[in-house]
Amino acid sequence: MTTATRPAPRFDVPEISSAPKLPALQQALTLAWRNVVKIRHQPEALMDVSLQPIIFTVLFVFVFGGAIAGDWHDYLTYLVPGILVQTLMFATGGIGVALNNDITKGVFDRFRSLPIARSAPLVGAVLADVVRFVTAIAVLLAFTALLGFRTTEGLPAAALAVLTAIGFAMCLSWVFVWIGLTVRSAGAVQGIGFLATFPLTFGSTALVSADTLPGWLQAFTRNNPVTHVIDTVRGLMLGGPVAGPLAWTVGWSLLLLAVFVPLAMRAYRRRV
Amino acid sequence: MTHTIEAEGLTLSYGSTKALDGVDLTVPAGTVLGVLGPNGAGKTTAVRVLSTLLRPDAGHARVAGFDVRTQPQEVRRRIGLTGQYASVDEDLTGAQNVAMIGRLLGMSRAAAKARAAELLAGFSLSDAADRSAKTYSGGMRRRLDLAASLVGRPQVLFLDEPTTGLDPRSRTEVWDVIRRLVADGTSVLLTTQYLEEADELADDIVVFDTGRVVAHGTSDELKHRTGAQTLTVRPRDRADTATVLAVLEQVAGTAPALDGHGTASVPVRSEAALGTVLDLLTTQGVGLSELAVRLPSLDEVFLALTGHATQSDNEKEVAA
Repeated sequence: MTTATRPAPRFDVPEISSAPKLPALQQALTLAWRNVVKIRHQPEALMDVSLQPIIFTVLFVFVFGGAIAGDWHDYLTYLVPGILVQTLMFATGGIGVALNNDITKGVFDRFRSLPIARSAPLVGAVLADVVRFVTAIAVLLAFTALLGFRTTEGLPAAALAVLTAIGFAMCLSWVFVWIGLTVRSAGAVQGIGFLATFPLTFGSTALVSADTLPGWLQAFTRNNPVTHVIDTVRGLMLGGPVAGPLAWTVGWSLLLLAVFVPLAMRAYRRRV
Repeated sequence: MTHTIEAEGLTLSYGSTKALDGVDLTVPAGTVLGVLGPNGAGKTTAVRVLSTLLRPDAGHARVAGFDVRTQPQEVRRRIGLTGQYASVDEDLTGAQNVAMIGRLLGMSRAAAKARAAELLAGFSLSDAADRSAKTYSGGMRRRLDLAASLVGRPQVLFLDEPTTGLDPRSRTEVWDVIRRLVADGTSVLLTTQYLEEADELADDIVVFDTGRVVAHGTSDELKHRTGAQTLTVRPRDRADTATVLAVLEQVAGTAPALDGHGTASVPVRSEAALGTVLDLLTTQGVGLSELAVRLPSLDEVFLALTGHATQSDNEKEVAA
């Protein structure tokens, strides 16, 4: 046989840096890498985020566009920032299902028995989802560019719009991390995810301006964090107020982190 | 430090169910403790507590010199865990699975790769290293899982039913791997429903039933404790069978059984009966082709200790 499995002498513990911050980040990145490799082995995992923006664009622009805006081309311009954020909203839900599966399958037992940061598997999962977000946005912008969508505020502003939306999605992911760790079955995670995302997404300015809504719904829509994100993206891509919605977006993002990261960590520690 | 694992009074309840009800156990350095018991006896819970995945409600445990409750991170640096359900990542290749653990333990990319190649070679998985683990057989998965748990060169290895659901050949392969690890100085706590497995691998055995340790000892001690041994005798000449039966009945005080090959057997209380039987048969001029005292099987031991039979329903175990 070979010498491969010969453990070193007792107490020869591998050198693990105990500096508090960087190892945790490296561990999270390693676990993010794991999720990205999984996507590479299973490209169909990106199917939802690649097809969804196309389907929703076609659906809303051509089915409702004429009725809502009179001209589908005008509506396309209004809609793209909305679809962009909406797609990310739907894309965040996947993380809860994935984490739930990992835990059920026992993959996390190994991680929990390793001397690594408690947060690493969760942070890694959130980081890996950036691949999904970027895919969704790339597909959306390429497809709508073919239909004639153009941003008016220049490339740097458009890039900042994309970064803002992704940043918000990463903060929102923690809600689904928490749900994924709290709810027993993956199916239930998905159900609850939809219940949470649908009102927030459709009760926003994604599809129509808030002015057209009845008063009570306007109140909800105007205070909906998703509206702030969409307005930020719209401002940065097509012109209009940015500072206000951006401040709200950052505020909501921080609030989501402050509430749901601790909740998720606690659920993770408790989950058997 | 004489004991690598010391646990005292471990208690853990899930709701009203006591999964662990005051478990004591010790594993001397460099030895294998077999934790034997049926489904639901608390074996897996004990492993999860000792490997810091679960906190006990009461009691304490030290692994490799550190308290599982107050110094979990120190414990984690010294243990390897192979769970009941091979926790390999199916979408990753064998090499990626192992290298990932190396990276998590702070190795450089090159060092993690090298360590993975070394471990996979040791488990005869080099040829499959770059294949996705999805394509692995059950036995290969277990070996990969073991390889992954050894990346950090653990002093203590927890193996939770390492061969459940494996075919006999794969089981033997895994046993060989475990023997090599022990030969190299690793302490092992392994749970099993297979009495044969505990018999093969373990220096000491504890028997779990409903969250408690109901017996503790070496395989031989446990067999002795439950009493009756069986004395078997086969005369060289079948014509002597009647004499043999008479002698056995005289020594054991009960009527012996006779099988189709002419082997007579009778339960006896001690090995001393062997000498008496041999003397009597020799003086009567009976030539023997077989004379032995056989200890009871661990299955019989388990039945005697717990009052109920072991459950070896693998389907159920895998589905659970």
